[in-house]
Formats: sequence, C-alpha cells, structure tokens
Amino acid sequence: MFELHNCAPQFVQQLINGVALGGLYALIALGYTMVYGIIELINFAHGDVYTLGSFISLSILGLIPLASISNPTVLALIAVAVIILAALLCGIVGVLIERLAYRRLRNAPRLAPLITAIGVSLILENIMQIWKGNSEVSFPQFLPDNWHQIGSVRFDDRSLLVVVVSVVCMILLNLFVFRTKLGKAMRATAQDRDAAQLMGINVNSTIAWTFFIGSALAGVAGFISGMYYGTTFFLNGYQAGLKAFTAAVLGGIGNITGAMLGGFVIGIVETMTSGCISDQWSEVAVFAILILTLVFRPSGLLGQQLPEKV
Amino acid sequence: MDRRVTWLPFGLSRYSGKQVVGGGLIVIVLALLPYLDSNSSHISAVADAGYILLLAFGLNIIVGYTGLLALGFAAFFAIGAYTYAFVASPQFGLHWSFWIMLVVSAAVAAAFGVILGAPTLRLRGDYLAIVTLGFGEIVPQLFQNLDKWTGGPDGIAAVDQPTLFGYNFGFNPTPYYYLYFVVICICLLLLTNLRYSRLGRTWMAIREDELAAEHMGINTTTAKLLAFSMGAAFAGIAGVIYAAKLSTISPSGFDFNMSIMILAAIVLGGMGNLSGVLLGGGIIAMLNFLILPQASNWAHALGTKLNVAFLMSVDLTQYRFMLYGIILVLVMLFRPEGLLPSATVRAELHDAGKTPEAA
Repeated sequence: MFELHNCAPQFVQQLINGVALGGLYALIALGYTMVYGIIELINFAHGDVYTLGSFISLSILGLIPLASISNPTVLALIAVAVIILAALLCGIVGVLIERLAYRRLRNAPRLAPLITAIGVSLILENIMQIWKGNSEVSFPQFLPDNWHQIGSVRFDDRSLLVVVVSVVCMILLNLFVFRTKLGKAMRATAQDRDAAQLMGINVNSTIAWTFFIGSALAGVAGFISGMYYGTTFFLNGYQAGLKAFTAAVLGGIGNITGAMLGGFVIGIVETMTSGCISDQWSEVAVFAILILTLVFRPSGLLGQQLPEKV
Repeated sequence: MDRRVTWLPFGLSRYSGKQVVGGGLIVIVLALLPYLDSNSSHISAVADAGYILLLAFGLNIIVGYTGLLALGFAAFFAIGAYTYAFVASPQFGLHWSFWIMLVVSAAVAAAFGVILGAPTLRLRGDYLAIVTLGFGEIVPQLFQNLDKWTGGPDGIAAVDQPTLFGYNFGFNPTPYYYLYFVVICICLLLLTNLRYSRLGRTWMAIREDELAAEHMGINTTTAKLLAFSMGAAFAGIAGVIYAAKLSTISPSGFDFNMSIMILAAIVLGGMGNLSGVLLGGGIIAMLNFLILPQASNWAHALGTKLNVAFLMSVDLTQYRFMLYGIILVLVMLFRPEGLLPSATVRAELHDAGKTPEAA
C-alpha cells in the first residue's frame, strides 16, 4: 500500500516529466492568480475553461483532414492556428462568464460570487458531458513525435512542446503585464479598484481583459494537454483546476511569477510521488501541500503578507 | 394567530400560532406517510432525504449561521459512515451497537471538525473554503488508498443494520424512514434552541462582522470551532444511518458532488434559516431521488411514442449537477437570500449592493 521504491535511477526522468506537467499547471494557475489578484475571487470555473480549450481544439481539428497532410511545416502551422483559435474562444467564454455570473456580484458578500463560480463550473462540466459524452475522448496525435535520449533520460517532442509553449506564454504574459498600458491598468486595479477608477481607468473593461487573458491561457493549456496526454475528458478540469489552484496558492496568490514557480513545483511533486510511492498518493500529496501552505504560509512562497481589508 | 404560542415547551414558543399549526400538520402527514404511500421505493427515496437534511442542518451551522464557507463537508459524512462501518461489519469482525455508534460517530466527526478547524479557522473566508475543499478531497482518497483497512475502492460491505428491541431493520425502508424522522425532529428542536442561545447569537455576530464581534469580547476562535465541530457531528450522525440503511459504503459516495449537493440545498432554501434549509434540502432530495429518475422514465415513454432515440435512452439523473449549477447561479444572482430567508440574511444581502466595497 505505502512503500517507497528506490526511485533514484529515474530521478532525472521524473524531474523532466514533472517539468512538463508543471508547465501545464503553471499555465492554468496564471488564470487563477490573475483573477484572484484583481477581484479576489477564486474562479472555480477556470479549470473547466481549460477542459473546454481541449474540447474546442478537438472540434477544430476534426474539421481538418489531418491524415492527408504529411508536410510537417503545414502541420506545425495548423497546430499554431488551433492554439490561437482555442485561446480566443476560451477567452471569449471567460469574458462571458464574468459578465453573466460575476459582475453583478462584485460588491456582494464574498461567498456569493464563489458560490456562483461553483455553479458555473458544474454547468460547464455538464455541457461538455452532453457535448462529448461520458467517456474519455481521444485527441489526434498529428504532430510527428520523436524521442530524444540524453544519457539515460528520455523525453519526446510532446513534453518539449508543453514546456516550450508554456514558457513562451509566460514570457508574453510578463511582457504584457509589466510593459503595456493595459497591463499597468490591471496592476493598478488589483492594487486599489476605486483609486484606479479615479485615475480614469475603465475598471470593468480591465477586469474583462483579465478574464480574457486568463481564460485564453487556459485554452492554450487545453490544447497542449490534449497533445500531451492524447485524451481528454469532460471532468479533467476539476482535478487539474484544483492542482493549478494549489500551484497559485503555493506561489503566492495574485503573484504571476509565483504561479509559474508553483506550477512547476506541483508538477514535480506529483510525478515524484507517482514515481517514488505510487500513483494513488500523488493527489493526496498535492492537496496536503495546499493545506500546509494555507496553514503555515498563506501568503505563499513569493507573496507578501497583506493585511486583511476591513 | 400571529401571536406566539407561549405555553409550548422546548423553545417552540418562539414560533407563531400559524407556524406551529403548519409545522404540526407537516409532521403529522410525514409521520403517516408510509401508510398513505405503500410504494416502498418512494418511502426509501423520502427516507434518503433524511441524510440530505441532516447534512444540510450541519452545513447550515457552519455556512448559514457562522458564515464560514466549508466546501468539503462530505468528508465528515464519510468519517461518520466509515467509523460505524469499521466497528459494525465483518471488516474487523466487530459488531458494536448501532445506537451507541450514532453518538460515538457524531463525536468522532466532531473531533475531526476540531482537528481541521483548529489550524485553519484563522484563514480568510475563501482560503478556508479551499482548505476544506482540499480536506474533502483527501479524506475519500485516504479511505480509498488505505485499502488494508478500508477495503479500497470497493469499500466495506455487509455493514450491520440496526436492531431495536429484537426487531432487525433489514432492507425495509420504513423503519429507516421513522428513524430519520425521529432523529430530524430531535435535531430540529435542538437547532431551534441553539439558534437563539448565546452560542447561536455569537455565531451570527461573527457572520455579520467578525472584527466587531471580536471587539465585543467574543472569543471567535472557540465559537468557530464549536460551529465546525457541531456541524461535523450532524454529518457524522447522517453517515451512520446512511451506512446502516445502504449496508455498504465506498469512497465514491462521499466526493465533492455530495458536498455541492448539500451546499445547493442550503443556498436554495435560504442560508441561516431552518425552515429554508428544510425546504431546500427537501427540494434537492426529491429532485435527486424521485423527480429526476421519474422524469427519465417519462422521457423514455415519450421517446418510445414519438420514436426519438435520444429521449428513449436519456438518463436525466446524469445531468442533475447541471440543475444544481443553474440553481446556485440563479439563486445567487436573483435571490441570494434563498427561497425562505431569515430576516437578517435578507437585510444583509440586499444592503450589500449599496456599499461600494464590502470585502
């Protein structure tokens, strides 16, 4: 039941798997952390937007006769186009969710939007269940997959894809948040909504943009998770969302760099637990981290201790 | 009729004549239900509403009275059920009395409430929600993974059924129905009194404004811990009766969905108000156990008549969480106080829109 394997030989291998998984969690965690940073809401539906991303990608790919295309450049371009489309559509869904379910409750007691967020999550899950059914759906593996070997460590293009795409997204996001005017508006709104409004920032549209970007990143994560795992499932977003949220909390919620760091840590912890103990304990390990972080260091690894607003 | 019935015992004097007569009529009808409806699957469904109601009572103490959002409430339900199953099944060859375990499991669940609450209750509202959610994920996982003792994913079978004066309850739903009925009536009396007691008022003070409550000299930590442990105790009792009626338990019965169903029940009915919780719990339970399975049958019949393949095979119970999701969203957007709110909660929720920053 609970026995330690000697996992030293595969240590580096597990580390690499963990980094790939962590990239995925980090992408999802960014959406949680951005939304929490700006309106202090745990957007429960975010994990399901991620699954929606994989479902949307799947449907777009279904329209393309992939089998008849063999040119790798064309296939790569298709992948990029699908990522962008999935990101756009998920972003729009995110904005719609904010507009319909959260905006009215922005000044209500904190429990109210949290409860609607849970409701939206259930609705999305069921829509996806009706859409693609009760079982796992396979995701077309249309990109050529080569294995690389360095010493005793093996990794394939799929893991590479996850890491590259997530790192690129994170760099773009950082540039956006710290170098553009809209990014500045977001940071200002997160700091003090009323003051930002007085400075002439359109708070509503800034919040909508935050939802758009967070959800778009979840859409990207949805696509690359489909490529990475080869399957998708309507309930995937629940567990993945909780783990990504754990990552955001671990990194310091509201902190973008923290979410990335947290994502990689959670990914590595999960694969290490799977490799050294067994699969069934990895979830327990992740949620134990969640509880321990919140109990002992609620501000997370990189967050600052903020006084509670009264 | 609106005057209070001052001569009634057990704190019932708080209710007006109308409420007492209405409540009394409902109690009488429910007490006679097994004689009015001889369909045992109906009685079984109504009996199962019992654990939904008990769980809703427990969660209402934590969320409705004290204003702490606990999302993994099903964990306490699981702890109650497994505590009973461990000592009253062939699993360890123990066969302890159901009636004693009713109390013991409540105490065990309450103890876990304190264990979870003690380190976490100082967290802010939504962090607390997440910690309890994490706890709610870990507990069924542990029951699943510690398969040496818990039977793993298959759980524990052949859990003892209660015996009263030599009469074994068996699989007949009627005795369980009456058991739930009696337990719920006792709980209602307890809760009515608790609500207006010093502790009940303390809880509500914390819900309204924790900082102010603390400055009034209330020990908020103790009060919150008590709310957690008492709420958990209700879940523990529900767990024991649930395990006994079903005679088998497995980890999958205690997942996040169960917690959400209970949350939907109290949100729909009206957090913080007992009649609201009864109504909400009743509606959710009836939807879950009677209406949706029945509606599936109607859809099948309609589908056969109209020759529509989708309707013939549709299983509406699968989509019940869509319904709960819609309930949560619509109630929160349009009637956040629920169907039958308490006056305080209604005032609070409708006032909130006017203050610019209610953090």
